[in-house]
Amino acid sequence: MLAACGVSSLEDLFAHLPEEVRLKRPLAIENGKSEYEIVDTFRALGARNAEGYACFLGAGSYFHYRPVLVDAVVSRSEFLTSYTPYQAEISQGTLTSIFEFQTMMCQLTGMDVANASMYDGSTGAAEALMMAARITGRYKSAVASTVHPEYREVITTYSRYQGMPISTFGYSKNGRIDLDTLDMALDDDTAGVLIQSPNFFGTIEDVAAIADIVHSKGAMLIVSIAEAVSLGIVKPPVEADIVSMEAQSFGVPLGFGGPYCGVIATRDRFVRQMPGRLVGEARDRNGKRGFVLTLSTREQHIRREKATSNICTNQGLVALMCSIFMTVYGREGLKELATQNLAKAHYAAEQFKESGATLLFEGAPRFNEFVIHTKTDPYAINDKLLEQRIIGGFPLKKFYSELHNASLWCCTETTAKASIDAVAKEVAL
Amino acid sequence: MNLNEKIKKATTHISQNEGLIFEKSSPGKKGYMLPPLDVPDVDPGELLGALTREDLGNMPEVSEIEIIRHYTRISTWNYAVDHGMYPLGSCTMKYNARVNEYVARLMGLAEAHPYQPERVSQGALRILQMLSEQLIEITGMDAITLQPAAGAHGELTGILMIRAYLESRGNPRKKILIPDSAHGTNPATAAMSGYTVENLKSNAAGMLDVASLVAQVNEDVAALMLTNPNTLGVFEQEIHKIADVLHAKGALLYMDGANMNALVGKVRPGDFGADVLHLNLHKTFSTPHGGGGPGSGPVACKKILEPFLPAPVVITKKDGTLGFNYNRPKSIGRVRMFYGNFGMHVRALAYIMANGPDGLRQTTEDAVLNANYIREKLKGIYDLPYSTPTMHEVVFSDRLQNPKGIKTGDIAKRLIDYGFHPYTVSFPLVVHGALMIEPTESESKEELDQFIDAMKAIAEEVEQHPEIVADAPHNTRISRLDETTAARKPVLRWKPQS
Repeated sequence: MLAACGVSSLEDLFAHLPEEVRLKRPLAIENGKSEYEIVDTFRALGARNAEGYACFLGAGSYFHYRPVLVDAVVSRSEFLTSYTPYQAEISQGTLTSIFEFQTMMCQLTGMDVANASMYDGSTGAAEALMMAARITGRYKSAVASTVHPEYREVITTYSRYQGMPISTFGYSKNGRIDLDTLDMALDDDTAGVLIQSPNFFGTIEDVAAIADIVHSKGAMLIVSIAEAVSLGIVKPPVEADIVSMEAQSFGVPLGFGGPYCGVIATRDRFVRQMPGRLVGEARDRNGKRGFVLTLSTREQHIRREKATSNICTNQGLVALMCSIFMTVYGREGLKELATQNLAKAHYAAEQFKESGATLLFEGAPRFNEFVIHTKTDPYAINDKLLEQRIIGGFPLKKFYSELHNASLWCCTETTAKASIDAVAKEVAL
Repeated sequence: MNLNEKIKKATTHISQNEGLIFEKSSPGKKGYMLPPLDVPDVDPGELLGALTREDLGNMPEVSEIEIIRHYTRISTWNYAVDHGMYPLGSCTMKYNARVNEYVARLMGLAEAHPYQPERVSQGALRILQMLSEQLIEITGMDAITLQPAAGAHGELTGILMIRAYLESRGNPRKKILIPDSAHGTNPATAAMSGYTVENLKSNAAGMLDVASLVAQVNEDVAALMLTNPNTLGVFEQEIHKIADVLHAKGALLYMDGANMNALVGKVRPGDFGADVLHLNLHKTFSTPHGGGGPGSGPVACKKILEPFLPAPVVITKKDGTLGFNYNRPKSIGRVRMFYGNFGMHVRALAYIMANGPDGLRQTTEDAVLNANYIREKLKGIYDLPYSTPTMHEVVFSDRLQNPKGIKTGDIAKRLIDYGFHPYTVSFPLVVHGALMIEPTESESKEELDQFIDAMKAIAEEVEQHPEIVADAPHNTRISRLDETTAARKPVLRWKPQS
């Protein structure tokens, strides 16, 4: 091969590189390792994390059982080692699965059209606000303080140089949005209003009432959904103009925070302002049905600086995990799964309350998360629980200084009654 | 003729037809079973009232074997790296070692909650730290964030850092310079960061024209976004001078690291004047492309930009344990929730571990050798618009095939019949009718020779039977799809026939 290239050594292929930029020593990293050593190293690293603990954390990342089919299917070479389906004739597997993903996301959210995924829920929410600004021609945004605090941080970063000032509105005693502060946060320049439901405290918002206020000001309502499993039993936010979802709950591992799967869904009339890839149905020369990437004139590889976003990769394989999960549970299973989550969280909230903790934000419906107030610092409670191999709830003071001894607890179908009962004893103190 | 004796790598075979999952659905079928509830059951209507969802409409109802058959059948309609060479230029479709998949799924890593206490996250933190240290060494930079979720996301992070840095010095400036050979993400990123874009022309050698750069750099320029080697596979010979010209005017050099796989172990961007760069772990560091993602786009930078990195960063605490530091007042803020695509970090670290310094260098050398071998074997048969030495990819044009009415897209489609995934079509834009070929180090000489033979056979067909090429592919499940109608009357979801 070297001779064919007209050179005598590999080094000759790099001879045109300027002398002064060449690295003249080996990289200072450890020598290559065998497969056995690599597995061994990562096993040891994994063992230094909590392995097999009961976990009461939600807060934007949810532990649901992942059916074995999920990994069996996504491990197939044809899905794992292919790329963006630019060549439709040899990518119909990926394109078909994305079309199904888009369809299922529409069905679940009540929207007309869903894209083939965003990086995650936080960046998706930021892009949804930018989309609202493009559609309305307005420039301001308003975001509920009950939207995941890290989503809000991402939005702040994204919006800084978009000329998009962000105002925040608060929550009321039952954990839902304070409609008066919402009303005050809006004016004739407000493009988009972002809420989350169930919100960061686990409370389900009255989306219809919020939509009325937002629409009366001519702004668009964006509903972020961080816990996708809630859609099995909670009415979808059909009053919204855009739904921005994090679909991690649908079969995606916690994985210390990623990769996850964002989705933007909206009404047909807004599709040309959507960021991200879309797959559409098409016919071949013989009239046979197939699928193609479509409406790509929105995207950076065509429009460059005038594109709707700079996004290029999507979360392909993660979106496929979600599709498989949704297919395994299906129409009945998603409902049954969501109802189990509801039952477990309801039981836990009642038990914690009975043992002496105060349940905050009562009076509005919740899904699988709830907030309690304890006499003891939640970090101290969590320290004690850790000794029993239980990871306690999320201390809210990290993000909400006014919620000093409050913590956010999550129960899913995987949470055992025995663990709930064990925690109930500790939160009493 | 459509399926001829020169097509050696592939042949036709039976492949299963399969409808959409919704079309297979029928009421009452189930592919799941939940364990019995160990707490009292609840009435959702009582807890949720009017917010209770009654029905999930068209969500599928199918059995387990139908599910696995559905996905297995449609999967066989895909081409993949595991089928053979996938020479998409700029995408770096290299082999994805399965050990990386295995370790990423180990329970302690896959089931780690991002908010679990640091005390029980030491393994995950150590992975973030190890990967950070190694990527810093590989790039020759001073600091890094692993938070960005993909290459374009890394670009946004890097440009925002430049903006924050310039702002801290009193003036964020107005423009980003971008060569005409750049990826579309570069100008889109600059626009998202509040900058206007000014294009830079390439010279006759396919490199950035330094004279134009000198003329265009002024106090309004925040940075130059440069891919090196560029999208023609050409290393910017005057990279030092480029960096000096920018720095002299107070502008910075952003390097798009999409082609870092041509440099690892041979050249470090930190040594040639780059101030900040992003890496694509799904390209250079072999994390799987997964039909479009997930990616991961770490951003490495020089000391001057370090204070502006997104929060949090991993630190070693006084007691020797690892933790996150959120106290970074100059940070641009978060670009993603949690800590980025950790699962991809695990895979990339496993890749680096398997290779070590020698393996990484060899990987680069083999990638460059493979691309040059294709270049030598196909030049003359396909037009080589730039004679400049190239590295990990080679860009031809369809100029020699144009007289027969054949364009790069047609050749690409015919390549499918020959059992290969096409190269990147019509990019970079500086080459009219581009064929951008990147074999990566993964391919053996045998696979490369088959590819070269296929490309030669297609060139012959263009001369003798151009209609075969113009109508390709012939041996796929479906023929060319009508993309125009698909875009004009978009059908973006399945609906039941009424």
